[in-house]
Amino acid sequence: MSHKVIVPIGPYHPLQEEPEFFQLYVEGEKVVDIDIIIGYNHRGIEKLAEAKHFDQVPYLVERICGICSSSHPYAYVLAVEDLLGTEANVVPERALYIRTIIDELQRIHSHLLWLGLAGHFIGYNTVWMWAWKYREPVLDMFEMITGNRNNYAMFKVGGVRRDIKDEDVPFLKKTLDELVPALDMFKGAVMDDPVIQARLKKVGVLTKQQAIDWCVVGPTARASGLNMDVRRDEPYGVFDRVDWNVIVEKDGDVFAKTVVRVLEMYESVSIIRQCLSKMPKGEIDANIKDIPPGEGIGRVEAPRWECFHYIKSDGTNRPIRHKIRAPSFMNVASDKVAAVGGTISDATLTLAAVDPCYCCTERVEVIRKSDDKKIMNGWDLIKLSHEKTNKVKEELLNGRA
Amino acid sequence: MSFKIKALTKSIWVFHASAGSCNNCDIEILDCLTPRFDLERFGIQLICSVRHADALLITGAMSKKSVPRLKKVYEQAAKPCVVIAVGTCACSQHMFKDSYNVDAPLDKILPVDLCIPGCPPKPEAMIDGIVKLVTKLRGKKK
Amino acid sequence: MRDKIKEKLGSKIKDWKEQSARRVYFTVDKKDIVETVKFLFRDLGMRFSIASGSDTPEALEILYHFSNDPSGEFYSVRVFIEDKNNPEIDSITPLFPGAEWIEREMWELIGIKFKGHPNLKRLLLADEWPEGEYPLRHKNEP
Repeated sequence: MSHKVIVPIGPYHPLQEEPEFFQLYVEGEKVVDIDIIIGYNHRGIEKLAEAKHFDQVPYLVERICGICSSSHPYAYVLAVEDLLGTEANVVPERALYIRTIIDELQRIHSHLLWLGLAGHFIGYNTVWMWAWKYREPVLDMFEMITGNRNNYAMFKVGGVRRDIKDEDVPFLKKTLDELVPALDMFKGAVMDDPVIQARLKKVGVLTKQQAIDWCVVGPTARASGLNMDVRRDEPYGVFDRVDWNVIVEKDGDVFAKTVVRVLEMYESVSIIRQCLSKMPKGEIDANIKDIPPGEGIGRVEAPRWECFHYIKSDGTNRPIRHKIRAPSFMNVASDKVAAVGGTISDATLTLAAVDPCYCCTERVEVIRKSDDKKIMNGWDLIKLSHEKTNKVKEELLNGRA
Repeated sequence: MSFKIKALTKSIWVFHASAGSCNNCDIEILDCLTPRFDLERFGIQLICSVRHADALLITGAMSKKSVPRLKKVYEQAAKPCVVIAVGTCACSQHMFKDSYNVDAPLDKILPVDLCIPGCPPKPEAMIDGIVKLVTKLRGKKK
Repeated sequence: MRDKIKEKLGSKIKDWKEQSARRVYFTVDKKDIVETVKFLFRDLGMRFSIASGSDTPEALEILYHFSNDPSGEFYSVRVFIEDKNNPEIDSITPLFPGAEWIEREMWELIGIKFKGHPNLKRLLLADEWPEGEYPLRHKNEP
């Protein structure tokens, strides 16, 4: 007997910032199919970019997504600099270091944000509060360098707009030092807690072949064993001048995705420290005035994935075509295979593990194939997830006793 | 009516809705609940069902697909309910106002009681805005 | 890599441009796109990054961007669709599902129909959006 239950998550759920619509088809407890409906955040940015001057576009693209707020302008300026030559040839060296520092700081804040959300989804609200509490010093660092906690306005074609003052560097180093014990705590919590392991392991598995077929990238792919990272494959900034590791896991489940993100934060701290000590003095802006006709592609490793921008110029002061591939475009589509086969209570976790930059996320709807549609609230789905965690806790305690 | 408003201002339960936003304002709203700002000590809580809401926090540039749903959410909220537009996109659609996929600004869709501009507005700005609104609402009762 | 592509596709390549050490753009006829994509994806193991469609004065142009991750190179395959009133091309979604969304997006924003696409329906625009209006087409040709 097959039933369709409609379980909407969100759209306006406390932790789901933007609207996105997933329809899960379930039979009993198992998810058998999923339909994803997006478009609630489509604001026509590509078209708007065609009407803006090259220097005005970074302001626009920064607001594609607030969490990876520096990836989009970085990819855009890389695309224009690709048109002009290569980044290393066009941009002064100090600017490259500053760009790398901003990019890596953003990665830390984004992964901490995700950790908090994942903690909330499985019922560990303390993890949520603490992850976001330790995010605040990172935002303080941003405020010190750029003047704002979230939209940094640092990137321009040919360099960066603000410098890092020498007297600020001790504060930045001290804050990073204070961040590492917090990361140790999160790493211990994730790796050692049996309940988290029981909840996250073998959930939402994306095999290596599926990852290739659905063309996923970023932590989602690295958790499935695909060894790819734009920072290593096509180095931008100063990633080829500092020592760091690419974190790859094999299992492809939510646990692997969590481990990848936690370990990446350590790498980011190390990269920023190296940049702060190696940064040379000098200019931060190449003062580019004209953009000749041509096309360029820029991509950066955003916290979620490869952020891709394509620019076509005809020699005037506006781009005639600007194609943006926001990081979650492919990863969210791959939810189709990751969530199928799991249970409803794992559904939120699987969908969240991909870390959809809720630029295009809405609620999840679970559809039960029957005449009487039972509509469950999104909050019910989260409650289901919490209930499963409690059940797992009990089993473990009873197993021990 | 004035009794309801007074009761509302004592401990506001807010419901957050996004109509095509970039997430920044939404994250800053959630930041207000985190230990540094901790709005819950004032009784302000983020709730999950709009039927319990005293205040609607709306962010986003009003994309065409979200506006019908936003209207439905407003209808479901128990009145009196204050509407707060958070962020420049909700106040005036910001740079998206010429886009082909955005609808009218929020104040043409719903009656707005408070605008908190900023891109994104800092948590301090949001708290300041809510305090101003509460003061004004309490003043109305007199 | 480049030699392998040139050897396999031979005369199908209409135009070859190496913009820099890591950027190669080459043009093929639209009828050869499936074979080209199959070769790049299956035989050479490249990853499909995205496809971008644009409206140029002469024709509708699609660029399929493939990434060769081990070397960090990007190979972009260009096709032109001259018939703007009834633009059609074979879909590459049957080869790998990752292309489904981007082809849907190109269909609704520029109007290119992808033959053989399993699920060609609206992705981003609202249901009430008028048929036949494609936001990314340039209305006033210079």
